[in-house]
Amino acid sequence: MSWLVVAPILVPFATAIIAFLLRERPLGRWISVAGSALALLAAGLLMAQVLGQGVIAAQMGNWAAPFGITFVADNLSAVMVVITAIAGLAVAIYATAEITPRMEYLGYHTLFQVLLAGVTGAFLTGDIFNLYVWFEVMLIASFGLLILGGRPEQIDGGIKYVTLNLISTVLFLSAIGLLYGMTGTLNMADLAVTVGQVENQGLLTVVAMMFMVAFGVKAAVFPLFFWLPASYHTPAFSVSAVFAGLLTKVGVYALIRVFTLIFDRDIGYTHTVLLWVAGFTMVTGVLGAAAQMDFRKILSFHIVSQIGYMVLGLALFTPLALTGAVFYLVHHIVVKANLFLIAGVVQRLTGSTGLSRIGGLYTHAPLLALLFLVPAFSLAGFPPLSGFWAKFLLIKAALGVEGWFIAFLALAVGLLTIYSMTKIWAEAFWKPHPDGIEPRIAMLGRAERWRLLTPIAGLAALTVTIGLFPEPFVQFAEATAAQLLDPSSYVTAVLGERP
Amino acid sequence: METLLSLTIGLLVAAAVYLMLARNVLKFLFGMILLSNAANLLIFTAGRLTFGEPPLIAAGEKLPPPGVANALPQALVLTAIVIGFGLFAFALVLVFRAYTTLGTLNTDDMRVAEPQEEADR
Repeated sequence: MSWLVVAPILVPFATAIIAFLLRERPLGRWISVAGSALALLAAGLLMAQVLGQGVIAAQMGNWAAPFGITFVADNLSAVMVVITAIAGLAVAIYATAEITPRMEYLGYHTLFQVLLAGVTGAFLTGDIFNLYVWFEVMLIASFGLLILGGRPEQIDGGIKYVTLNLISTVLFLSAIGLLYGMTGTLNMADLAVTVGQVENQGLLTVVAMMFMVAFGVKAAVFPLFFWLPASYHTPAFSVSAVFAGLLTKVGVYALIRVFTLIFDRDIGYTHTVLLWVAGFTMVTGVLGAAAQMDFRKILSFHIVSQIGYMVLGLALFTPLALTGAVFYLVHHIVVKANLFLIAGVVQRLTGSTGLSRIGGLYTHAPLLALLFLVPAFSLAGFPPLSGFWAKFLLIKAALGVEGWFIAFLALAVGLLTIYSMTKIWAEAFWKPHPDGIEPRIAMLGRAERWRLLTPIAGLAALTVTIGLFPEPFVQFAEATAAQLLDPSSYVTAVLGERP
Repeated sequence: METLLSLTIGLLVAAAVYLMLARNVLKFLFGMILLSNAANLLIFTAGRLTFGEPPLIAAGEKLPPPGVANALPQALVLTAIVIGFGLFAFALVLVFRAYTTLGTLNTDDMRVAEPQEEADR
């Protein structure tokens, strides 16, 4: 069954190659859509397998773990792969209407598929050095996507994005080197066993902090998030949607993986640091958003703020908190990618994303207004949308361990999120357009309309579904949290039965 | 030997941090190159050093003799060097492009994506 574990990685790679060969023809973009659909199918099959059998591992080239390269799919990996494929498919459809032939010729679809492959690989790998390699695959593809088009803002944002991510990469690499020096293994399941035998546990905590900083840069937590609001509003909307949905979440995934599987020995120290980080991230992100007047910049700061909630779930380290964190991850990817896609349609209809220069969408494009309300209210945590359950689980978990202050912070940040969303609502939707333009959806061509709005409607429907029927999702998240807190099934799946 | 390499790594990191604190993006990039080489040496050293014992398996044997050099850190370093080379080639071109488009290498002047007067954009 090992092909099932690697299929979600191989499909985007194959798609990338075909899309590159066909980059001069319109067919190339449909290859990208078809490949994304196929990847979703592969991810669904993997998910079904994981639900049926529990954790599955695949050893590349039949080299037994811990000597070979291992790919592992547990609940967390499987759900992240599925949600990556969903976001990938939505953005691939959207991109057929947005990306210009010039950008396609320069390899947009190839880079996009390689990015998806990198993200999926990072979720599935069971080897920490391999995780570094997948991070690099993802990073180099994201560099290309970010500056594709070459407008001055993109180059400017690109410089900040590239430099800060390079630092994080080097730090990650050094941490891997030190960890290897202490334990003699790179296999994550094997690391979970061997870190207990390390004599110098203090040094282990130092390495844990290096990992925290390296992944913290990727996840854009306080005080390492500055690259994100500097760059996410500059590229094409498809690109910023897939970045917003997936890239920071790979950082969060890596934090969750490493700090539940490997570094769970000095919780009093590492997870307390994480708790502070989570609080500051939530607050600075939401305050940064309050000061902005650009659709995408507001959303960018909200990514930072929402990352804080996920890190909070990891920091509290109780079954309920991790359940909340997993639920939050899934909900957030759907909602955030969708909001960026909507920003793209808004820009098309009104000519800008600067909030003071646009308006009139509620009167003239009520369908878009409705589609915006779903993810916006979900982000802020209105019942009965997905964000409400995510926040509910986390705040309940915080109250459960008597973290009154952090629970208060989480609630207050939710309130401030509503402030930003109402600001967008009032400026872009409610007030009339300052130039007297009547932004109607009918302004888009017929085919364009379908390609732009189908992914948005699909993701909004998913948000509503999770919100109205949270029970199976919460149950799944609970099972995931149980797996994370007791890694024995993960370790057994990789290393086999041990005495 | 470990001490010597540790001191070298420390020196490289110190020089790298000094360069990276400069406002000039090109200097920052040179600092990054030093830092990534320091990381490579770190992995190499952390994998334990041995002298003159190549990890070769004699004909007919199944295991190398005990005490040979660990080949894995070298493989890791090799991977990291290749990846690092690609990244720096890209970063260098990006910096050059920034210089031609934005007309500056000073990070303080790079305000196109985040203009200072943007409260009402």
